[in-house]
Amino acid sequence: MKISTDKKISLLKKMVLIRVFEEKTEALYHQELIPGFVHLSIGQEASTVGSCAALRPDDYIISTHRGHAHILAKGAEPKYMFAECFGKTTGYCKGKGGSMHIADFSKGILGANGVVGGGFPIMTGAGFSIKLRNTDQVGMVFFGDGASNRGTFHEAVNMAAVFKLPIVFVCENNQWASTSPAEKMVAGGSVANRAHAYGIPGFITDGSNVLKVLEAVQEAVERARSGRGPTIVENETFRYKGHFEGDRQKYRTQDEIQHYRMHRDPIDRFQTVLIEEGVLTKKAVAAIWAETKTFIDEAAQYGLDSPLPKPEDALKDLFTNP
Amino acid sequence: MGVRDLSCSLAMAEALMEEMEQDETIFIIGEDLTAQGGIFGQFRGLSKKFPDRLIDTPISETSIVGAGVGAALTGMRPFIDMHFADFVTTAMDEIVNQMAKIRYMFGGQATLPLVLWAPDGGGISAAAQHSQCLESWIIHTPGLKVVAPYEPADVKGLIKAAIRDDDPVVFFQHKRLFNWTGPVTEEEYVIPLGKAAIKRPGKDITILTYSRMTYECMEASRALVQNGIDAEIIDLRTLCPLDFELIAQSVKKTQHAIVVHEACLTGGFGAELAARINEDLFEYLRGPVVRVAAKDVPMPFSPVMEKYVLPQIPDILAGVDKAMKNKRPDTNIPHAVNNQT
Repeated sequence: MKISTDKKISLLKKMVLIRVFEEKTEALYHQELIPGFVHLSIGQEASTVGSCAALRPDDYIISTHRGHAHILAKGAEPKYMFAECFGKTTGYCKGKGGSMHIADFSKGILGANGVVGGGFPIMTGAGFSIKLRNTDQVGMVFFGDGASNRGTFHEAVNMAAVFKLPIVFVCENNQWASTSPAEKMVAGGSVANRAHAYGIPGFITDGSNVLKVLEAVQEAVERARSGRGPTIVENETFRYKGHFEGDRQKYRTQDEIQHYRMHRDPIDRFQTVLIEEGVLTKKAVAAIWAETKTFIDEAAQYGLDSPLPKPEDALKDLFTNP
Repeated sequence: MGVRDLSCSLAMAEALMEEMEQDETIFIIGEDLTAQGGIFGQFRGLSKKFPDRLIDTPISETSIVGAGVGAALTGMRPFIDMHFADFVTTAMDEIVNQMAKIRYMFGGQATLPLVLWAPDGGGISAAAQHSQCLESWIIHTPGLKVVAPYEPADVKGLIKAAIRDDDPVVFFQHKRLFNWTGPVTEEEYVIPLGKAAIKRPGKDITILTYSRMTYECMEASRALVQNGIDAEIIDLRTLCPLDFELIAQSVKKTQHAIVVHEACLTGGFGAELAARINEDLFEYLRGPVVRVAAKDVPMPFSPVMEKYVLPQIPDILAGVDKAMKNKRPDTNIPHAVNNQT
């Protein structure tokens, strides 16, 4: 697959944006500026960015509790995301959703769903809607290895296959469903394997290689867009942080995490390639990080400076016509 | 234009026909929709007219309801057939955590113009898993509107309102009423959600009911007349939003109230109504608000036991008696509000 220089740079920028956003979120969380809990996806950037890079602005995604990355990759504004994480009135959901429930319907982001496996059935509906409205949009539903064991996965993949719905099922297999290892919980060897039972394609990618992810997902998206039905793409990836921020992670060793960080970090790998190819200089890469940090600091500040909702705003937004 | 007699299922099919003709974003999704016009004949004629807009799915209630949610979020007006109301249990996450919450949780960004249509009720020896009335589960979940009509004319007008509404509406329809016929005008009309109807005006006691129990209450009112009691029967029709204004008007007048529903007693909607009447209208009450409901057991199969569990006319009469007999001293009670016009 031929990928332009501009596209490669934009892939790197998106991955850096996500990493910096997540690290900022981590810091703000530990400063007790973010209520509740947050689920970070540091280490998984290539899977998310490579997948969303295959989509058009009018395509749909549904995200998960570990959703900041998907939402950023589909084009949401960090400042409104931070404001939402702070529970501010300028947030995407006016402070009613928080970190786990960010949505931007104007960008096709049908929301981060807090119920593991909750996105599958909803995306089948977007698939029917696309068919009935006779457009060539595509829906992409992100999920983890853990969610692949929900009954919703079976129902939705079967239904998508039966009706050839334009859906790409993107599994971000980060090896751990909360504290449970995928190798013990996912029967059949892989999530992608399950595709064969439904008579649809299933691919496994190196989820720390953004170009490999893009290549596989691009094929799945084209298949969906041309009316040939759904695909499961399983990106093998790794989360560096706990299931949630503050997770003591007694279920795995720091060595495991360090090993992945040293050898398979998706951003390190890709920027090394870009420097070797002469696409970017080291200086240019450093500038991307510096600019992104400034941008994210400003976005977070916007959220911090934003007003809190009035308590009674809790009673708004239930019905369109009460 | 005239008036004809239609069954509840034909009234519904007609409402769907009219709405689907006017709005091409409406589609029906569920199991066994097209082969025989729906399992209760409620979709008769529709698949011929709109072959692409009735989607027969695999047996996947979770995905059927979730698909309704997803389609509503992306520009469609889905009408979801739950097959039997009892099966909401297989899609409870989609109903409670998704359908009811998505608009609110995302700060009002989304609208969910959908109808979840759920045939409910017992009395047909369908036993424990095909006979329930589960409206109070749904009412207890903020974010869902709930409709449970009785007469064919109301079914038609309320189905149309539910489809046109931009919020999720759970529409319960009693299985024993599908063949129940009544006059339906040929002219197009819509009955707004949230409006109850006085099915029998009276002055002595307010009977609050909905769905099939409206029929039992109407029958009971004949026996009550013989005992010199003139009951006012209010068919709530919509349970959320609730027409408490009409309830209050009636209770202020009659100063007695009972609630009759087919769902089992404990935690039922009757408890909510009794509580609200006590909280807001206590000064007008001359007796306790009494609940008449099914007994607190799963629905038994054998007709003799099923009849015993379901509320019957003598239970309603006993409820009225209990409400009117236990009068409290009337020294502090304001004069009955006379708004019979």
